[in-house]
Amino acid sequence: MINKDIRSYFPILNQEVNGYPLVYLDSAATSQKPVQVIEALRKYYEFDNSNVHRGVHTLGNRATESYEGAREKVRNFISAKSTQEVIFMRGTTTALNTVAQSYGEANVQEGDEIVITYMEHHSNIIPWQQLAKEKGAILKYVDLEEDGTLSLEKVRATITQRTKIVSIMYVSNVLGTMNPIKEITQIAHENGAVMVVDGAQAAPHLRIDVQDLDCDFFAFSGHKMCGPTGIGVLYGKKELLEQMEPVEFGGEMIDFVGLYDSTWKELPWKFEGGTPIIAGAVGLAAAIDFLEEIGLDEIEKHEHELAAYAMDRMSTINGLTIYGPKDPGKRAGIVTFNVNDVHPHDLATVLDMNGIAVRAGHHCAQPLMKWLQVSATARASFYVYNSEEDIDRLVAGLSTAKEYFNDVF
Amino acid sequence: MSFKNLDQLYRSVIMDHYKKPRNKGSLEDGSVTIDLNNPTCGDRIHLTLQVTNGIVENAKFDGEGCSISMASASMMTQAVKGKPVEEALNLSTIFSDMMLGKELDDSIDLGDIESLSGVSKFPARIKCATLAWKAMEKGVENESHS
Repeated sequence: MINKDIRSYFPILNQEVNGYPLVYLDSAATSQKPVQVIEALRKYYEFDNSNVHRGVHTLGNRATESYEGAREKVRNFISAKSTQEVIFMRGTTTALNTVAQSYGEANVQEGDEIVITYMEHHSNIIPWQQLAKEKGAILKYVDLEEDGTLSLEKVRATITQRTKIVSIMYVSNVLGTMNPIKEITQIAHENGAVMVVDGAQAAPHLRIDVQDLDCDFFAFSGHKMCGPTGIGVLYGKKELLEQMEPVEFGGEMIDFVGLYDSTWKELPWKFEGGTPIIAGAVGLAAAIDFLEEIGLDEIEKHEHELAAYAMDRMSTINGLTIYGPKDPGKRAGIVTFNVNDVHPHDLATVLDMNGIAVRAGHHCAQPLMKWLQVSATARASFYVYNSEEDIDRLVAGLSTAKEYFNDVF
Repeated sequence: MSFKNLDQLYRSVIMDHYKKPRNKGSLEDGSVTIDLNNPTCGDRIHLTLQVTNGIVENAKFDGEGCSISMASASMMTQAVKGKPVEEALNLSTIFSDMMLGKELDDSIDLGDIESLSGVSKFPARIKCATLAWKAMEKGVENESHS
């Protein structure tokens, strides 16, 4: 397990909330930031702040070097072939919308199919819904197995020769399920479809190798992996990105502008209209350094261990239901649950009064909530800075909540 | 831990309304039907009102949500039943003020509703408490325009 000293890099964790030391179990929503990232942002604004790709002055050069250096860092982090395949965006949502609006717009026709699953986050449902409506295409859902996993048989049965796009999350933000993306990509390709991966919950926790996965697009956010908010990445295979039109037009992304016609910069800049998210990229680079120093394999192992410990300890609570695969080996560090007779909001408030931050609600996955036949759930999600003690606190908090609602009333 | 902080939020009156909701169900002959949800958390209310000659004759609710949202719906339906529309809307304004933590006029007797005053100390939960009231306002508004 990861050394407990890791906590000391996260100043935010060193505080009391409602009179108790903070236990932060909401990293699937956003992770906390280590001093290395906070310091990188501060240094950038204190010494290097300037616009990129235009100034000939020293600060302009430094900012450009940092920004493009961050791109190289991301390329290496996800094992992309070239930095031309790494586009900085605001986050996963913008990245998925870009694929739908650019690739989808040009390649999906009436009667074509787009395949997603019941477990998708809203940001990997609605762009495709909109595209399907606009084009008269058919949006198809792969059903889930009883334990909230995907079966390749069902994936195979849903994808057809008419399928143009398959877009599936790598790790579920509710069930914690890790999906067999490599195999699904192969099925998509056999049918002539492109594979889009929502990697928002994967990039922070697993080693990502887009070449090994062979996916065509991969989207993720910086803020869930120790980086700042407002920065994310769209990876795309170069040959696809080259054919695609930008969706945002204006400064930075142009080559030549005439009165009535213009041409675009080459990749990746043609997709980065306007002043880019420079500090965000600098912060993301620092986050990648931080994660790589620990080691993504170590992080994945740590989370499996925490999930296993949490599932084991939580199953001692009477009337507590955990959703998703029973085998902790099949899930990332996310445990979503409900306690009989206590609504998840009430649970979250009681936990908050004990200094424990969890998420309660539908987690931007309303179709999945419907599939689970619940209106809301509570979710504890873990990251590098969490420990077994945090889970012990959670379990004690849950017992308190049960006692409060069942005995006090 | 001590339950002192929580007791500000979860008074026994609230839990009583949550566990034994008043006016639960749907009016078949209701003149107004409103469905409202809280998109951030999935709470949902289905409210039916019978409004005749400017009087809220009857009110029933259905839905799902946390103890605060459901107890508030139970109390709201109880409070507006039999009241003129204007008075129901006035009550809703008083309720909003209470959620904002404003001092209330001593002469106002809110009955059970007063037990929800502690919610103002829990900003994340104010939307839970106001859902049913927003639905009522919307319904009464529709009725006065028809």
